[in-house]
Amino acid sequence: MLAGDCGEPVRRAIEHQIRVGEFWGARRFVEVTNVHLMGDIEVMGDAGLGFLDESCRGKARCIRPTTTNARCMDFGWCERFGQGVESVRKEREIIASLQRMEVATVDTCINYQTVYQPHLGEHVAWGDTGTVIYANSVFGARSNFEAGPAALAAALTGRTPAYGFHLDEHRRGTLLVELDAKLDDLADWGALGKIVGEPNQDYFAVPVFVGVTRAPVSDELKHLGASLASYGSMAMFHMPGVTPEARTPKAAFDGRRPRARRRVAGRDLERVYRGNRIEQGGTVVVFSGPQLSLWEMRSLAALFEGRRVHPSMRCFVTTSRQVLAEARRLGAAQALEAAGVGILEGICFYILERLSEIRRENGWVNLVSNSAKLVNTITAHRFNTILRRTAECVEIACSGKVK
Amino acid sequence: MKKRCDVIRVKRAFGPAVEGEAVVSSEGFSPRYDLDRTNGVISKIGHALEGVQLKDKILFTPTAKGGVAAGWAFFDIKAKGFAPRALVFGRTNPVMVQGAVFANLTITEGWIPNALEAVASGDWVRVDPAKKTIEVLRRARR
Repeated sequence: MLAGDCGEPVRRAIEHQIRVGEFWGARRFVEVTNVHLMGDIEVMGDAGLGFLDESCRGKARCIRPTTTNARCMDFGWCERFGQGVESVRKEREIIASLQRMEVATVDTCINYQTVYQPHLGEHVAWGDTGTVIYANSVFGARSNFEAGPAALAAALTGRTPAYGFHLDEHRRGTLLVELDAKLDDLADWGALGKIVGEPNQDYFAVPVFVGVTRAPVSDELKHLGASLASYGSMAMFHMPGVTPEARTPKAAFDGRRPRARRRVAGRDLERVYRGNRIEQGGTVVVFSGPQLSLWEMRSLAALFEGRRVHPSMRCFVTTSRQVLAEARRLGAAQALEAAGVGILEGICFYILERLSEIRRENGWVNLVSNSAKLVNTITAHRFNTILRRTAECVEIACSGKVK
Repeated sequence: MKKRCDVIRVKRAFGPAVEGEAVVSSEGFSPRYDLDRTNGVISKIGHALEGVQLKDKILFTPTAKGGVAAGWAFFDIKAKGFAPRALVFGRTNPVMVQGAVFANLTITEGWIPNALEAVASGDWVRVDPAKKTIEVLRRARR
């Protein structure tokens, strides 16, 4: 590969992987079975587009099943969001290039709920931090955060440098979290991720949660993981009795003492909600980050039943194309639309192309969401973000009053 | 007054040796969460470096925040002409490294002594990945 026998794109890919591996002290590669890739015009820019085009012309082909993460445009909404003809053309060009490389452009950040579920010990190369922490923690699969070019490299070479979460030594727990709080809403799970992640920002920190009193569902673990990855840059957690790799806290720590411990009580969650200030000005309510599952779509539709989004408000949901097809077949999508909720497919809200301009043009000052991840990731666009529980978000959207 | 250390050793490093003006942040960094990628200015409301331009600077930051955007973003902002010259992290994550390698942007992790105490914004520093050192060449006037 390095000699260029497999073509220039593969040579470049393996060279990139070797350099990254050397940085982290990797001694070998591991074969991967599946790749998940982030690539859209908002994050790639013209330089990334050019790189992709060059790779395509060099006949780059994925040798592992490869999927795409949520992207920056729903072509059905481009005009309304003022996403220009030129940007749309570039985005379509990226999609066409990826498809020529045999990437399945499923455009979802919930691939683990809808597309592919790796098994215990399976090595994958996934991008979008929320997908990685879910793979490592809930499936017991093995992946590092693989950003766009790194994931593409893995797709072309079929391997990735063996460092970080591919190795047993980094999968042990480091931080004990004793739960003494009722986590009733998705926002509570996200708030827990913020409480644990923010003060412990470290890729190699692995929290171990004890004291969970009921079996959490996939969407709850999704919001916890996405939040830990976002606030803490964390890629794995254990929840003995729930996650598969360690059956007991002792096993999770591999017999070692936790480096730190903390207790999370109900008042800690309330402090997160109280910590959000409300600014004067327009408000948008968004359910996104990660995209909603079918179950989230259905429960949200039930909360909006018989209600309308207030004329002073805008409200959006983002989901995957696969989920939306089912949500439409089952009526949940129509129920949300009847309430005035805009449904964006194949995107995540914080990734939207020209989001800063969209915010200004609509006069949005506050962004309210039940996603702790979203209220953190969107901040470069100068939103004042407010985390609220799901039913409270619906109430805000329909009453027009932010509280 | 305690003498400030002029040479910092780093644990891991990649990229060409570079010199530039230090920008020191008490807060972690992510190009997705914190940076306006249309102009290279830290735009997150309330960020320790809000309003600071990163172009040609050497950014010192304790941690990497989440988000895979850095993978393409460093390449993008370098092509647009407002990338920092180097990223100096206390603790980083693979995304920052993958992105920096892809953009051939200098990046380091780990520091002895703590660079946040040894370096101040405005100091002129040289980052040498081959030697795994950061040298303060000139102190800013205070």
